[in-house]
Amino acid sequence: MQQEWLWSDSLINLFTGLGMPKFLAIGLAYGLGAFILANVGLILTLALIWIMRKVLSRIQDRIGPNRVGRYGLFQTVADAMKLLSKEVIRPAHSDMITYDLAPVFSVFGVIMILAVIPFAPGLIGVDLNIGVLYLVALGSVGIMADLMAGWSSNNKYALLAGFRVVAQLLSYEIPMVLSMLAPVLLLGTMRMGEISAAQGLHVLGLNLGFGWLVFLMPGAFLIFFISALAESEQTPFDLLEAESELISGFHIEYSGMKFAMFFLAQFINTFFLGAIAVTLFLGGWQGPFVDNLPAPFSQILGLIYFNIKTFAVYIAIVWIKGTFPRIRVDQMMSFAWKVLVPLVLSLILWEMIALKLPGGAVIQYGAVLVGNLVVIGVVLNILGNHFKREQVRSKRAFEPKTLIGTMRPAPTAETAAAGD
Amino acid sequence: MPANLDELIAQLPTFQQFMFVQVALFTAVMALLVVLARNLFHNALALVGALFGVAGLYALLEAEFLAVSQVLIYVGGISTLITFAIMLTRGMMFGDTSPNNRQAGTAAIVIGTMFSVMAGFLLQVPWQEAYVELGDGQAIIANLGRLFVNEYLIPFEMMALLLLVVLAGAIMLARDHMIE
Amino acid sequence: MLQGYAFVLILSGIAFILPVAATFMGYLLGPRKPDAIKGDTYESGVETIGDAWVQFRAQYYLIGLIFLIFDVEVIFLFPIALAYRNLSLFGVAATITFVLILILGLLLEWRKGSLEWQ
Repeated sequence: MQQEWLWSDSLINLFTGLGMPKFLAIGLAYGLGAFILANVGLILTLALIWIMRKVLSRIQDRIGPNRVGRYGLFQTVADAMKLLSKEVIRPAHSDMITYDLAPVFSVFGVIMILAVIPFAPGLIGVDLNIGVLYLVALGSVGIMADLMAGWSSNNKYALLAGFRVVAQLLSYEIPMVLSMLAPVLLLGTMRMGEISAAQGLHVLGLNLGFGWLVFLMPGAFLIFFISALAESEQTPFDLLEAESELISGFHIEYSGMKFAMFFLAQFINTFFLGAIAVTLFLGGWQGPFVDNLPAPFSQILGLIYFNIKTFAVYIAIVWIKGTFPRIRVDQMMSFAWKVLVPLVLSLILWEMIALKLPGGAVIQYGAVLVGNLVVIGVVLNILGNHFKREQVRSKRAFEPKTLIGTMRPAPTAETAAAGD
Repeated sequence: MPANLDELIAQLPTFQQFMFVQVALFTAVMALLVVLARNLFHNALALVGALFGVAGLYALLEAEFLAVSQVLIYVGGISTLITFAIMLTRGMMFGDTSPNNRQAGTAAIVIGTMFSVMAGFLLQVPWQEAYVELGDGQAIIANLGRLFVNEYLIPFEMMALLLLVVLAGAIMLARDHMIE
Repeated sequence: MLQGYAFVLILSGIAFILPVAATFMGYLLGPRKPDAIKGDTYESGVETIGDAWVQFRAQYYLIGLIFLIFDVEVIFLFPIALAYRNLSLFGVAATITFVLILILGLLLEWRKGSLEWQ
């Protein structure tokens, strides 16, 4: 492994250069990095909520927030201030410790994702050897937080929603992990930084940066994306906060800043799952000429590419939120276990066989691509059929034609007399 | 004076040892809470904490894969199952359960004996110290994977079959209950 | 490599303190006028009957169990995936057998109808 630029190394060198002992320098550098990372993550939520509201309102032919600040940019800041000044109500029969800890763990599990996201070459919190599995393991913290919130609120709706959310998160974790296995199997590494770095495309010494894995395994990307939607509790998988059935989900009894914590965790979780999708499948910080430039410019360019891609994925998620209907709980379960898991398992099996085919890389990669295209075809076919059926059903419900023969005009005095 | 300071620093425990004590203490406290907390859900949460602590110990030993599997399987899977089991029964969910029952005295004696025997072993037995140079973290995990499908193939496949049998058994049991 | 985990440790400390600080600030800035109605269980204005416990489906438990078994098997695939490029044909056959057993388990569940959400 060649020695590459790493933010922490240069910071540690800077601090030791100032005469600090090594131990303190490491602590300070890491502390500084972690503090900036976590705070940027939190403040990002304000932008994310603004983007979601703006995009959603455009989809619905509205203007959206436009009063506070230019383009309503400060609307979310105002909302945050409002939430800060709200009373934090604790339900009388709630379990105090669990009730208070649940929102904290919810945010905790999400912020920890940041540790292994490579934002630019060398700009990664820490490139853990088990990066991909680390991300999956953090999901269990979120599951525990949701269960805690559901249980401690002492509310039937919260408990029901807590059970639902855990069932959903567990069901979609399997296809998500398996679809994450696809790039790991291909590249033979679980380090997020190396997965990003492997997705360049070097032509004549220039990095065009278009060796994105999505071009090779679009099927795995699609399955990851769908599972990520479910894991981040976004539409069409937002049935656990179905307002008409469960009022608001497991955080029904939360108010003020504690509610804001759950809200925030959901938003940044959506964004970070998008970032993971970008890292694993959409090339991470890769882009044209990203590592052909001298040190600081290359990082800045990488950061720009990474952010453009991640925000694009986020906007796609909002787009889906604005267009798709919510699915039912039985559909949610059967889609995970009967469509995604068998498909992704066969995909992994096919990839295992394909990677050992004789005939060099072209045939192997070609076989992987063909398998992925088949998977995409199957998923889109199933989804298409489902929505066609739903459309027919919902049309029938409003079609006046079907009512002919079943409804008769109320008898007036004339018809009543004529009938007799 | 500086020489003394260096000596002093050399005698200090390393950061790793310091963290080990912290994590071990955390695990022990959580394990105690598992037994002593009066609410069953709190017991389950303390169990999650204890299992997290164990994962931390693995991480301190640079057994990264083991640590992350611990979190995934025990925290994500088993504790969720335990919580589900608690929540499925009304009495267990809200009632306070006493940590003591009639067997408390006997249990204390058994545990005390166990503890003293184990502590005695740990202190008395001259443990052999082996220094193994750890390779690159990725290589360790890859080596583990290679061992699964070569040297330890039969246990590995047997485990897969065992899990299949477990699955079948679980389905049978749950189905019978659901029919009732 | 342990040095890397120091970063995870520090980040976990900060990730814990930040939400605690935020909720505490909300507690400081917000009004505090608790009364019995506010602390009541919220059920859209309907009087609450009984405790929060409702009859749950045993299916939730089954889903948890199925998840656990799949989780264990999937985790074993990751180290193999790291070594996959250099595996002998024998190892490859063993891995594929493992995945086939996993698929067999899924088919078993499917046949027995435990994937149906009744």
